[in-house]
Amino acid sequence: MFLSMEHLNKTYPGGKVAVEDFNLEVEKGEFVCFIGTSGSGKTTTMRMINRMLQQTSGTIKINGQDISQMDPVKLRRKIGYVIQNIGLMPHMTIRQNITLVPRLLKWSQDKMDQRAKEMIKLVDLPEEFLDRYPSELSGGQQQRIGVVRALAADQDIILMDEPYGALDPITRESLQDLIKDLQERLGKTIIFVTHDMDEALTLATKIVVMDDGKIMQIASPDEILQHPANEFVENLIGKDRLIQARPSITTVGQVMLTNVASITPDKLLKEALKTMHDRRVDSLLVTDDGGTLKGYLDIEDIDYNFKTATSVGDVMHNDVFYVKSDSLVRDTVERILKRGFKNVPVVDSNNKLVGIVTRAALVDIVYDALWGDDDKKSDSEDTTAETAAADQGGDAK
Amino acid sequence: MMHFLAVYGLSLLGKTWQHIYISGISLGLGIIFAVPLGIALTRTKRTANIVISIASMLQTIPALALLAFMIPIFGIGVKPAIIALFIYSLLPILRNTYIGMNDVDPSLKDAAKGMGMTPWQSIIKVEVPLAAPVIMSGVRLSATYVIAWAALASYIGAGGLGDFIFNGLNLYRSDLILGGSIPVIILALVVDWLLGKVETALTPRTSEE
Repeated sequence: MFLSMEHLNKTYPGGKVAVEDFNLEVEKGEFVCFIGTSGSGKTTTMRMINRMLQQTSGTIKINGQDISQMDPVKLRRKIGYVIQNIGLMPHMTIRQNITLVPRLLKWSQDKMDQRAKEMIKLVDLPEEFLDRYPSELSGGQQQRIGVVRALAADQDIILMDEPYGALDPITRESLQDLIKDLQERLGKTIIFVTHDMDEALTLATKIVVMDDGKIMQIASPDEILQHPANEFVENLIGKDRLIQARPSITTVGQVMLTNVASITPDKLLKEALKTMHDRRVDSLLVTDDGGTLKGYLDIEDIDYNFKTATSVGDVMHNDVFYVKSDSLVRDTVERILKRGFKNVPVVDSNNKLVGIVTRAALVDIVYDALWGDDDKKSDSEDTTAETAAADQGGDAK
Repeated sequence: MMHFLAVYGLSLLGKTWQHIYISGISLGLGIIFAVPLGIALTRTKRTANIVISIASMLQTIPALALLAFMIPIFGIGVKPAIIALFIYSLLPILRNTYIGMNDVDPSLKDAAKGMGMTPWQSIIKVEVPLAAPVIMSGVRLSATYVIAWAALASYIGAGGLGDFIFNGLNLYRSDLILGGSIPVIILALVVDWLLGKVETALTPRTSEE
């Protein structure tokens, strides 16, 4: 186990118990969110990992090594640390801020300059910023620097204490994307303290829910949504999100329609038109003989090119937007709705056409979510003709 | 005026030098002693209150009385004067150092520690640079006090521009009083201006302009 915390207790002088019997195992590359109300002990617990606080009892091990046996200064240089107030040194340039830990580790100047350039590129900021001072950057830009400052010395574990709490929602969202991307790309292990359930659900691979110093639940985001351990966790998630929970774990494959109107590229346009007419649809998906999705054909394409072209392959569109059958509806719904497609083809992992998601099917999902009709399936009977490219009836193939 | 300079010019230069010497050494000692003490006090808050109270109390002793107290212990001359002025210089520097260090944003100290700075590195690289403007304004205040009060040091035989003033008082000669006072004022203003420059130089840059 990469990071293990066993039977941690923290009692402040005066008897206030901040953390009680905290146990957690973290694998390398996990994104762990500690979530809870203020005073739940989440920050206290996090700060014990880099020995900013000393536990009253219990052990913390990193790579099997008990951190209480390590020099706290050396330990902290190996652990990235990002705080809510950003904490960039106002009297140091961005370059100096980024290379603060490398400088403590006495890296050569060349290596530090190079690292500063790599790091600023990592967060999509221009190199000119390196010689500016923190006060000349916006809050969001400053926290980007705050994040890479915690990465610059190749730290494996990054502790983040409500790092985005002070940022506006749009900036926060872009920084969430950034950290999630960096974490996956660089394989860092992140301990992220937040009180925002949305943030935890978006980022975490493992969520630790805390209340009053005690662990309420440790689980993946999906598990938390499906099986909140108790009323506290349920309240923290909120009723709204429990409704969303169902679509969030439903895959596209479960809601798609399977009888799709499709055609192969070698067919004549005349045949395509007949298929459309028979099935009462205004577009067809084009697949090769093996069923692999190739493109789509719209009624307008036939209309324009009826005289000049003969086969489907001549006029079809190759740039078709599709979704995978095993992707989550939660992740795809928004994209489908935003792009304004009437329907989206669904493919399996081999790019074979297996079905189609229509806007009508999405209506069902939202309907189910709101009124909780569990038995309701996305019956094809509910699909209205004008929104469905694929409708009832036989397959063209 | 010209007549005064013709008669007393040379002695004026000598006394001015004595004045600068006495105040400079007192202030220098004050900085050497009070800045580290002020920094140390920020680590032990309870002692800090006691020490700063004592320094404040010393500040309330009338200057003339403090100089007089020095005579039985250190005799007369330059030495007791420097010690008395040194005591006066302590409080503003000590208090400003303490306040300046305490006012450094706690999240910066937290970040410094959390990233693996030793306490010493945190003080040298983060806290002192950020507290420098506040510490320097304490030094400037002390400098003004010390230069003004150094005039009293002549009373216990330390020399300096106070000699002119006391002679003038004894002889009812206003030209001597003015001849001593005006250089003291000019000296104080010049030193304050110079230390202002030093303060600007020590204030860390926080933007490109």
